[in-house]
Amino acid sequence: MDDRVVTALAVVIGVPAVLVGYIYLTEVVLRLAPDQRRSAIRPWLWLLPALGFLFFFLIFPTILTILRSFQGAVAGAWVGLENYAWFFGSPDALVALRNSLVWVVFLTLFTVGLGLLIAVLVDRVRYESVAKSVIFVPLAISMTAAGVIWRFMFDYQSPGSAQTGTLNGILSAFGAGPISWLQVDTLGLNTIFLIIVMAWMWTGFAMVILSAAPKGISAELLEAARVDGANEWQVFRGIVFPLLLPTIAVVSTTVVITALKAFDIIYVMTNGNFGTQVIASQMIKESFTFGNFGHGSALAVILLLAIIPIMGLNINRFRAQEALR
Amino acid sequence: MKQFKWARRVSLVLAAVSLVGAGCSSNQGGGKSVTVIGTWGGDEQKAFLAMVKPWEDQTGNKVKYTGTRDINTVLTTGVASGVLPDLAGLPGPGQMAEFVKAGALKPLDAVLDVATYKSETAPALVALGTVDGKLSGVFIKAAVKGLIWYNPTLHDYSAAPPKTWDELKSQGATNKGNAAAIWCLRLGSGAASGWPGTDWIEDLVLRQAGPDVYNSWWAGKTKWTSAEIKAAFQTYLTDVVANIKDKTEAVDPTKDFSGGGDPLFTSPPGCELFHQASFITGLGAFKGKKAGTDYNFFPFPDVNAQFSGSVEGAGDLFGMFHDTEEAKSLMKYLVTAPAQDIWVKAGGALSANKNAKSYPDDISKRSAELLASAKNFVFDASDLMPKAMNDAFWTAMLKVTKDPSSLDAVLADLDKTQTTAYAP
Amino acid sequence: MTAAPTIVQLPAERASPSRLRRTAGRYGVHVVLALLMLVWLLPTIGLLVNSLRSSGDIATSGWWTSLFPPTGLTLDSYANVLSETDIPSGFINSLFITIPATIIPIFVAAFAAYAFSWMNFPGRNLLFVAVVGLLVVPLQTTFIPILQAFGSIGIAGSFLTVWLAHTGYGLPFAIYLLRNFMGSLPKEVFESAYIDGASPVTAFFRLALPMTIPAIAALAIFQFLFIWNDLLVALIYLGATRPENLPMTVQIANLVNSQGGGWELLGPAAFISMALPLAVFFALQRYFVRGITGGAVKG
Repeated sequence: MDDRVVTALAVVIGVPAVLVGYIYLTEVVLRLAPDQRRSAIRPWLWLLPALGFLFFFLIFPTILTILRSFQGAVAGAWVGLENYAWFFGSPDALVALRNSLVWVVFLTLFTVGLGLLIAVLVDRVRYESVAKSVIFVPLAISMTAAGVIWRFMFDYQSPGSAQTGTLNGILSAFGAGPISWLQVDTLGLNTIFLIIVMAWMWTGFAMVILSAAPKGISAELLEAARVDGANEWQVFRGIVFPLLLPTIAVVSTTVVITALKAFDIIYVMTNGNFGTQVIASQMIKESFTFGNFGHGSALAVILLLAIIPIMGLNINRFRAQEALR
Repeated sequence: MKQFKWARRVSLVLAAVSLVGAGCSSNQGGGKSVTVIGTWGGDEQKAFLAMVKPWEDQTGNKVKYTGTRDINTVLTTGVASGVLPDLAGLPGPGQMAEFVKAGALKPLDAVLDVATYKSETAPALVALGTVDGKLSGVFIKAAVKGLIWYNPTLHDYSAAPPKTWDELKSQGATNKGNAAAIWCLRLGSGAASGWPGTDWIEDLVLRQAGPDVYNSWWAGKTKWTSAEIKAAFQTYLTDVVANIKDKTEAVDPTKDFSGGGDPLFTSPPGCELFHQASFITGLGAFKGKKAGTDYNFFPFPDVNAQFSGSVEGAGDLFGMFHDTEEAKSLMKYLVTAPAQDIWVKAGGALSANKNAKSYPDDISKRSAELLASAKNFVFDASDLMPKAMNDAFWTAMLKVTKDPSSLDAVLADLDKTQTTAYAP
Repeated sequence: MTAAPTIVQLPAERASPSRLRRTAGRYGVHVVLALLMLVWLLPTIGLLVNSLRSSGDIATSGWWTSLFPPTGLTLDSYANVLSETDIPSGFINSLFITIPATIIPIFVAAFAAYAFSWMNFPGRNLLFVAVVGLLVVPLQTTFIPILQAFGSIGIAGSFLTVWLAHTGYGLPFAIYLLRNFMGSLPKEVFESAYIDGASPVTAFFRLALPMTIPAIAALAIFQFLFIWNDLLVALIYLGATRPENLPMTVQIANLVNSQGGGWELLGPAAFISMALPLAVFFALQRYFVRGITGGAVKG
């Protein structure tokens, strides 16, 4: 145990020290370069550690995944677009695509909308810390525990027996029959319920980031607006919201991508049955349960392609932001 | 020269830390270790660790066990990347064959006394662990499937259990008493939901159509829409699903199969009969009840007299990835009767070794007996199918139990999966 | 004389509706927040109550029935979980894994975020968007090549592997968040610093970093949380070769046997596991509880 403590200490102190030392060293190295070139080289030196990590842990494996998606179930056998054709030709594909889209739209709406609402509201009450902590608690719960919690919420007993699930318990208090929530696939409602579980966990995430948003908002500006007769909604819409927009964009982008990748909840609660399958859970199944990495990699690439429009929006936003600066 | 001040500070700290470290680094002495991965958790993990303790004491080595339900992900990643434990519980004979093909699993012919192993184990289990004539996997735990459980206080079947399916149907109806339904049924099981239903179909196929059809079916050679397989599904739907309390509950994802037998013990009982494997005795309400007095079983009756004497079972397959001396020694130990006796004594498991006899109660003794004396022992069919087919089978059982009228469509879908799931 | 009443009435007319609206708004805020907090807490309360009941009770009646006598509440499940000898060592392992893997990415990302916000170079936006795009890479697709590399240099199973891996995985979000914050810092502050002759390094450590503390605090919380609750990454990188390094999440998941038996222990285990992340949240939240609307109206 003792040498583990030593290693951990060395890492916690040593690595940041090394990185800080590295940055100072770059300035020394840059002295060697001609004056004009310095500011052209410097960014790359600052980016080097990050790019190194990113390349090894994310970029390189992704390149391998893209290549693998053009091979068959057995590695090395090139099959061109066959894996993609398989996916778009299978009847379950449409359900998975539809569900992934539903996830993206509704998870973002719930999470960011509620997170923003809460972040704005709690700012005005004295029990701000308490309220924030309550919303935050689900994020501190592991996926295993969340599965158990919502199992208790969605639990179903046959009509006539005492209900053990919270939601059905509430229903029976009003004399309504028990519903098997996760089986209701009309209008994709069971997918919505799964999304609610995830939103329950991730609203705290949106709330925290929006609370930490850069506040270039001066108190005088807000007071002046209020004295002029603007009500709270107008203050929010006219001043606060536009200044929060960049952070809202960050939160939304992150949540959208999380929605695309979401598979834990689905795997734990329904395993994709009853029409709840999404692309991400299908991908895990193909690769690790069926052992078909050709199919799995193709699905991963489809996810990669799906974020291109989102990234496009982000680029536009940066360009607009730069223009203002 | 601020950067030099920093560098000086940093090196002083690091020097101090390493001095401290050198001073108090502990000495990890003694024995080698064997890493093992398996799906066992909770009480199973305790039983396994108790099983290996005598070996640890005897050899001075240590067993380092990792339990996980994500064994597929871990082993698939491990085989592809080369980072593997010494021993592992394998997900099934199909995956075992794949790992052998990838060159990851080491053959056990030189490790065990194969002759003794063969004499102590059911031939079907030996055959399942053999790939290309080489023994690559051994069973260290087994289970019998398709036992019919009942509560003797409602009606005691021990004197005259039904011997045929027709007898079972009529006796079941006669002896229902105030039970809400004849059959208890629950298919929920997390990521594997649907498998209890597959056990039903397998038992029916085995006894209605016989072992030859059974074997050609899981091998992908008999279609799902064929008369024999369809007949099994139809028997399941008309005789079982029609006689349960609530179809919605049977397939609900929140209701785990481990509590499926609980209604046997309520008053009034929720059901009269429950079809499950031998390991149900360690789960749900069974756990707190007394074997023989509160619950008992009779074996699955014959459907077709000419196919009598077949028993379906399953087991936990073990393989070796690294042939270190310690790993080989542990493997040799695990297949012996004394080792498996330890787990058997803990309850809830049957031994694959015929000579392990320390069963804690009459119920487990009888189950073990069934396994040992079976005229024809077959392995769980869905475990033998390719994973994609197995997964589709599970889903199909959920669909068809919830909505029996969808049988033809579901079987047609299964046929489609069958054409692509089996590797050429 | 008709002008005077109008002049007198006007301020009163304007004052009372807006004051009413403000009062109603204030109560409305409390009602909405109370409702939200109740809805948010309800699922967790259900787990808490059920963690204090026997598995037989859980299977047959709703948790709310235990709120009235006879409650049948018992601490047995908690005792069972704590008596599992693996849990304390798992806790220490979780700490060993989480703390370094939280600290390292913050530094690496801060340098990169500063470069993206305040240094000009061609392709800056494109590169940044590509980095953010890496958020979508499913972790499972990276396991095999990385594990292979770790195995070939012989560090498989050591804590170093998960520290490095979590750093790599956490960088896209960290850079995204920090860059957004740093980029909106007032330009004038940096300009005047450069005019005064400060180097970028000084500007970074003396100006940018202190002003970015709220974002760093938020980032630290999330990174800590995600790693603390992570199961798969630790299992893959540590499980095959060094089970003694596995974190608490794996041990908790293992309280359940392969057939699902023992799942009622997951409730108490969840609360035991939650304690530390919540403590970290409480400790760090004062750094970003500055308020969105400039902290103006507190009622």
